[in-house]
Amino acid sequence: MLRIEREIRYEAERDRSFADEIKKMPGCELMDRCIQCGTCSGACPVSIFMDYTPRKVIELTRSGFKQDVLKSTTIWLCASCYACTVECPKQIGITDVMYALKQKAIEEKVYPPRFPIPVLAREFFKMVRAKGRIAETKLAILLFLKTQFLKIFGMQRLGIDLLRTGRFSPFSLIFPESMKDPAKLTRLIDRLDAKLNSRELEARLESGNPSRPCCPGGAK
Amino acid sequence: MTGPHEEVRIGVYICHCGSNIAATIDVGAVSKYAATLPSVALARDYKYMCSDPGQELIQKDIQEYKLNRVVVAACSPLLHEPTFRNATARAGLNPFFCHMINIREHGSWVHEDQVQATAKAKAMVRGAVGRVALHKALEKRKAPVNPQVLVVGGGIAGIQAALTLANAGKKVHLVERQPTIGGHMAQFDKTFPTLDCAACILTPKMSQVNQHPNIKLMTMTEVVKVDGYVGNFQVTVRKKPRYIKEDLCVGCLDCIEACVFKEGKFEDDFNLGLNKRKPVYIPFPQATPKLVVIDPESCLQLMKGKCKQSCVAACERAAIDFSQKPMEEVLTVGSIIVATGFKAFDPARTPYYGYGVYPNVYTALEIERLVNASGPTGGDIVLRDGRRPSAIGIIHCVGSRDHRTNRWCSRVCCMYSMKLAHLLKEHSGAEIYNFYIDIRAPGKGYEEFYERLLEEGVHFIRGRVAGVNDWAVTKEEEGRLVIRVEDSLAGFVRRIPVDMVVLSTGLEPHADAQEVRRMFNISCSGEGFFLERHPKLAPVNTNTDGIFLAGCCQGPKDIPDSVAQAGAAAAEALALIDHGYVEMEPMTSYVVSDDCSGCKTCLNMCPYNAISRDEEKGVAVINEALCKGCGVCVSACPSGSIVQNLFEDKEIFREIEEVLAYG
Amino acid sequence: MKKYSYFPGCSLKGLGRAYEESFLAVCKALNIELKELEDWNCCGATAYMAIDEHHAVALATRDLALAEMNSTEDLLAPCAGCYLVLNKANKYLAKYPRIGGTVRQALAEEGLKYEGRIKVRHPLEVLLNDVGLEAIQQKIKSSLRGLKVAPYYGCQIVRPYAVFDDQYNPTSMDKLIEATGAKVVEFALKTKCCGGSLTGTLAKVGQEMCFNLLHEMKRRGAQVVATACPLCQFNLEVYQREIAARHKEDVRLPILYFTQLIGLALGLPKKALGLQRQIVAADRIPAECRAENPI
Repeated sequence: MLRIEREIRYEAERDRSFADEIKKMPGCELMDRCIQCGTCSGACPVSIFMDYTPRKVIELTRSGFKQDVLKSTTIWLCASCYACTVECPKQIGITDVMYALKQKAIEEKVYPPRFPIPVLAREFFKMVRAKGRIAETKLAILLFLKTQFLKIFGMQRLGIDLLRTGRFSPFSLIFPESMKDPAKLTRLIDRLDAKLNSRELEARLESGNPSRPCCPGGAK
Repeated sequence: MTGPHEEVRIGVYICHCGSNIAATIDVGAVSKYAATLPSVALARDYKYMCSDPGQELIQKDIQEYKLNRVVVAACSPLLHEPTFRNATARAGLNPFFCHMINIREHGSWVHEDQVQATAKAKAMVRGAVGRVALHKALEKRKAPVNPQVLVVGGGIAGIQAALTLANAGKKVHLVERQPTIGGHMAQFDKTFPTLDCAACILTPKMSQVNQHPNIKLMTMTEVVKVDGYVGNFQVTVRKKPRYIKEDLCVGCLDCIEACVFKEGKFEDDFNLGLNKRKPVYIPFPQATPKLVVIDPESCLQLMKGKCKQSCVAACERAAIDFSQKPMEEVLTVGSIIVATGFKAFDPARTPYYGYGVYPNVYTALEIERLVNASGPTGGDIVLRDGRRPSAIGIIHCVGSRDHRTNRWCSRVCCMYSMKLAHLLKEHSGAEIYNFYIDIRAPGKGYEEFYERLLEEGVHFIRGRVAGVNDWAVTKEEEGRLVIRVEDSLAGFVRRIPVDMVVLSTGLEPHADAQEVRRMFNISCSGEGFFLERHPKLAPVNTNTDGIFLAGCCQGPKDIPDSVAQAGAAAAEALALIDHGYVEMEPMTSYVVSDDCSGCKTCLNMCPYNAISRDEEKGVAVINEALCKGCGVCVSACPSGSIVQNLFEDKEIFREIEEVLAYG
Repeated sequence: MKKYSYFPGCSLKGLGRAYEESFLAVCKALNIELKELEDWNCCGATAYMAIDEHHAVALATRDLALAEMNSTEDLLAPCAGCYLVLNKANKYLAKYPRIGGTVRQALAEEGLKYEGRIKVRHPLEVLLNDVGLEAIQQKIKSSLRGLKVAPYYGCQIVRPYAVFDDQYNPTSMDKLIEATGAKVVEFALKTKCCGGSLTGTLAKVGQEMCFNLLHEMKRRGAQVVATACPLCQFNLEVYQREIAARHKEDVRLPILYFTQLIGLALGLPKKALGLQRQIVAADRIPAECRAENPI
């Protein structure tokens, strides 16, 4: 059965304040210069997996088509390899635009539940705030537990190899790599939060349940 | 003339300039204020002073109210000072009794506060009124214009300008630094959109130049110094030795055949290094003048002094002369047309396209030679590794429209890319892909040419290519160059394997553009091309009177535009010559000999070498004809004995005092 | 004796410990003294910029402040990710007063100050420019002659800031590899992204990117790959089995750190270079490498 869909876009849909907000983020100032040449999409190694190529995302963002952009797979697929930024003839910081959009998407929680990348961002944030450093294997395990639970079983072989070669020790699961005095970093982050009025920040990373803030003891 | 006891009667005119001035400055109030100033007989404000009625207003008032001074407060004197001075002159008053001040660019266009802007305008008017009372009558000098013209550069623009002038009966010196005229156009195969053979349409003109009795063609020659001023330039040119007696050589080419080098060993510049030549060579068969040339950096005799000299033996006319040296000559001309052309962008600056890394990446000029019947392969499309391409990718905008290299669009590349697509397809049968950002086809027949190319089956893919490399993912890509690009119109990313990549490189100024422009005392614009006086209304004039521009040295353009511009430059030169004389502005400086102590401070200060020393009297003397009124000597003179017309100390001080006295 | 401050980063203490081991061993052999930053914190990597730019810059600036307050030497960051983030922090502090102001205030409240004087450098460049190829060559004990190495730079060292090498065709690692006597394999994908964290979050995508690299390196005749980033090394190495299954092609290749290759050539023992930590195809390191260096 052929699916007939109708699509036409109206000016009323455009969110100009969204466009302005993104343009103020570092690196995103020159988006208006874009001539839609497509070099970024041509250079991007993962553009072939994206629903909207980087070129399209720039156009949609500066025109204010907020929902299209924040719901795209593009912003999550970006691996920040900077190939686009270096190739852009107008020297637009496309990678920085992707970072800005990631931030916005996390803030507005526009992504499927248990989508790995924002989950990774949240767990990364929690671990750094608490310990000052990342224990990679623990982070990876947490990530899989929270998103693709069944995948853990496929990773056994890798786990054994890592154990065997001493790149991972189970000891680190209980006593992970940490700063000697992680409280220094926790305090720094809290001070920064206070300055940024980061109720927003906390809410951004919240898993959706307001009674369980992800940053226990964070400054308010 | 105002005698010392004649009453000064000043007419003050405040222009509204539509809303340009009036929207910010209360012109009525300024006019009323002006009327209260001493010696002001009347003050008016009017909508457009530069218009006919506006000018007539001044003329009528001068006659009716016996005005002997005029102040106009309006736009920039650069725009309309001559307008108001001429109106004053038409009314019978010396034009230098008219003084113009700028309350637009210096007033309404740079200030937002209306109250303050109006106050500033009033102060400026007060200053002008005080100053103009002290003006003296001055006369413009006339200097004759030498009817000979120098054209610098023998490309199509220079050739066209020279022919137009020569046909009008004027004597032209055409100076070209290469051994032959023809420029880049001689390297092209066919020209868009008609696909006329470039050599076929160019060589008749080259021949006309060579044979024209009014054109003195000097090849291997460069300009090294320019002195003088409009109507009277002294240009020093230096001729590099060809090591051939030009009046004896007939271009039989026997010497080339006989040269001790059995095969060409040195990069052939005309063919962009695609083949090799011997030390004695002719750039191309139709070179004009038809003379061979010996390259001193590869000829054994010239480099080491030791050679069989079989070329000399072969020459029946004894035309070879290894003793030639560079020679200088001074040409006296009244006007100069600069038509030095462009340089092609060097794709080494865009390493991501692989030029120089992969042998089968070419520039557009190299393809012009490859595809040409008199080129290195006789028009056969053969790659550097001997294979024949079955797919060719042409990448537009190489080096252009890019903040990292050249920000401008080079204007001709879309069209020549289409032309090359056609020629390559015709000669090789390969599948052709053109990768573009926009298709720029504005000229006559250009859009139709684009349609023709589409109908020939050339693929036009809208997507700027990020890079070219030999990374193969599929079997069909092995051993070929792969272009990965977003086909933005179709909406997906594509990988296209090709055998040959053509880079449509942009146009840029010559590497020595800054040196050259300093020599001629003209300017360059931000991109480095020579600067025209006005981008819309004076595209061939420069800010230096008597020096004109033609062709790509002023900005990228195609052949019809170069030819048109050359005609325009020739017309400007003709206007100058047929007018017969130039009028020199009188705001020159002069030395009051009685006050001059002969300290010589001013002598070296003058940028125009206008000051010399009278050894007998021991004082400085200024050559009025060379003086440009820059004022440096006036301010440098320790005894204050140099005076500048129209900028005398008392005039300037009066203006300052009056401005400060306001409010 | 050349002195530097040293920022290992989380990965060099974890999955990438072989990089630290080989780097420290090579530094010792080449008379380079390293002082690890006192109680450094994670630089934030790519994850933090997705959360908030102030946090991202603050994390990195804390480490820069520690470096500046404790010494005047340049800061070495072998991990490509850390190298980029620290350089970016320097740039953002200079370019964006809004971010710089907030970050510096927060740091000040922790008793930390950063004036922007620390130069962040990568071992590739330090070995090439400060130590010099000649000095290294003089210390070579067992040349890796005959070994074909593919130098893989990854993206973060050369992009977006071309601090010490060409962005399209870098050659710093090439030169160091050639100094060991090995032969550098030319290939077009020296700086093509390996997928970064995508191999963990979106495996299909990340693994295809690694496949492209491994396939091309093999096609060009590489016997061994040299890397300068712990995540690149991990990505290219540990998924070779899955990639082979997915793409139906054997892509097994030993993936080493360039410091391990230099260490081998300098005659350092294998255990000191962390070579026992190779998961894949350790047996495939050709005999040339193993003969003179018993474990």
